[in-house]
Amino acid sequence: MGQTVFEPWNDPEAKPLIQFKNVTKRFGDFTAIDNQTFDIYEREFFALLGPSGCGKTTMMRMLAGFEKPTEGTILLGGQDIAPIPPNKRAVNMMFQSYALFPHLTVWDNIAFGLRRDGKSKEEIAARVEEMLKLTRLTQFARRKPHQISGGQRQRVALARSLAKAPKLLLLDEPMGALDAKLRTATQFELMDIQEKTGTTFVIVTHDQEEAMTVASRVAVMDNGRIIQADTPARIYENPNSVYVADFIGEVTIITGRAYKSGAGYEIHYAEGTAPFYAESETGFGDGETCHLALRPEKVAISAERPEARRNAVQGEIIDIAYLGNLSTYHVKLPTGQMIKAQTANTRRLSRRDFTWEDRVWLSWSDTAAVLLRE
Amino acid sequence: MGRLFLIALPFAWLLALFLVPFLIVLKISLSDIALAIPPYTPTLDLSEGWAGIKAFFAELDFENFVFLTTDDLYWKSYLSSLRIAALSTLLTLLVGYPIAYGMANAPDHWRPTLMMLVILPFWTSFLIRVYSWMGILSTEGYLNQILLWLGLITEPLTILNTPVAVYIGIVYTYLPFMILPIYSALERMDGSLLEAAEDLGCSRLSAFWLITVPLSKNGIIAGCFLVFIPVIGEFVIPSLLGGSRTLMIGKVLWEEFFNNRDWPVASAVAVILLLILIVPIVLFQMNEQKQREADQ
Repeated sequence: MGQTVFEPWNDPEAKPLIQFKNVTKRFGDFTAIDNQTFDIYEREFFALLGPSGCGKTTMMRMLAGFEKPTEGTILLGGQDIAPIPPNKRAVNMMFQSYALFPHLTVWDNIAFGLRRDGKSKEEIAARVEEMLKLTRLTQFARRKPHQISGGQRQRVALARSLAKAPKLLLLDEPMGALDAKLRTATQFELMDIQEKTGTTFVIVTHDQEEAMTVASRVAVMDNGRIIQADTPARIYENPNSVYVADFIGEVTIITGRAYKSGAGYEIHYAEGTAPFYAESETGFGDGETCHLALRPEKVAISAERPEARRNAVQGEIIDIAYLGNLSTYHVKLPTGQMIKAQTANTRRLSRRDFTWEDRVWLSWSDTAAVLLRE
Repeated sequence: MGRLFLIALPFAWLLALFLVPFLIVLKISLSDIALAIPPYTPTLDLSEGWAGIKAFFAELDFENFVFLTTDDLYWKSYLSSLRIAALSTLLTLLVGYPIAYGMANAPDHWRPTLMMLVILPFWTSFLIRVYSWMGILSTEGYLNQILLWLGLITEPLTILNTPVAVYIGIVYTYLPFMILPIYSALERMDGSLLEAAEDLGCSRLSAFWLITVPLSKNGIIAGCFLVFIPVIGEFVIPSLLGGSRTLMIGKVLWEEFFNNRDWPVASAVAVILLLILIVPIVLFQMNEQKQREADQ
């Protein structure tokens, strides 16, 4: 195909657009951001993901200029932005509430920022029309915000924040007020617009699916720290901690002790049971406590013990969560440990192989699980 | 049927408490002055039947309204009232807007207290409050004493019985009517709108003019009418604080009724005043209607 992969974070030559250097933000006694250092690159779609109160919004407000770091510096294109007020920054923000000016039409809302720059009438008109076209709002240009739908309002907010062609666009929970179906459509639209305009996007969200869909890299945050910042695939397949594994998607965590064995480790998780086996990038000392993170879709479920696999346990089905396309089985091992296994419902429900209280075998490959230290 | 009754109720109320008294005043304004009780003629005498009613209507005329045009006291008073009302509305807005703005931006736990402070004066008699201004503004009053004591002036200022005292009294009395609608408009404003304006390149000041002021426009209009309309007919403040030189139609009305005992002319003054007031009242109602539509 000849398409180069976009991953400037792996290129030591690439210059980051934004650099956080030992940034700390305190509100009184509360530390919202705790000594964070990380880079965001040009044209990236960077997601800050975390539960409410984790500091992701503070991070964004510091970029917009509404908050100043207590310690450390934030560089935008190599320049310290702390002394630059929000109205002078080449950074625009799309607000969670959209913050559309209710007394202005869609057209005037989009033109608002351009007018502040003292551009000529023709320039403003041309840019507004361009933005209206980009967000498919041309026919609503003369309406007031209360005369259009929620999805259209969201696009007006996006068009308004993009109109000044900022170096960096901040999006605060941009899909929070949309219903599930519209949200999915909008996510793809957003990616499309990001690609067309080539603007660097930083999105704040608590919706992991949204972050995974749109972002080139996802930063999972907790208590004012970025726990892991990586591509969606690596966040999912190679979480660096139990917190990340647990936050993204469904997972079963089995705690045990690791013992080196061949290329991987044996994990002894309960007295009198055969240990599990997992290959791992992380090294463990003999007898060290470890956590085995197992994604449900990587666990196969069968009536007979599968021959080929080293990791196989028998258990009883306690619960079945039917999701339509998928079913998640909650299987209880004799030791009391619960393991989740997921299968695709390729056949009609009435012909389901397993039901409640069936005894089944669960199995997974040597590389399916991830071994975590903490 | 039930709905008809529901509509009939407020209309009956308006009929009894507004339309009937107005018709009585209108009738008096078309009558002639008389040395009698009541001091005007004709009075309706139903004992003579149809002929009595006919005679009654035959005696009504527009003489008093014509009289109002002959003496320039009246139209000067109307004009002066309008001018005083307009200027004091502007002054009230200038004083009231910053107060409302401060209240809307005060910390949440302070707002009920501030609101209370604005409403509190209503719990005292209006007359007593205006009288106490006489004590403050008179030549020997507290204001002059303080200014003399501070050495800012050497001669006491004459404020009482001048138009300045009238403006002070009106602004003081009607301030809550200005503050409350503006405050309610400002309080509903989403704070992120100002952040968005700033993010798009506005300074704090231009964000105020481009966002805050337009969004509180309906509150400003409502407040201005709530001050302007009653001030036109204001009587107590000009007569207590304004002295003889302040011309206001409310005062003229009072003098016609109680000093001259000329009820028909007084009624004619009142009818014209009402006609003048209809314009701002209708505009006020239109503004309220627009506001309600915008809220939906």
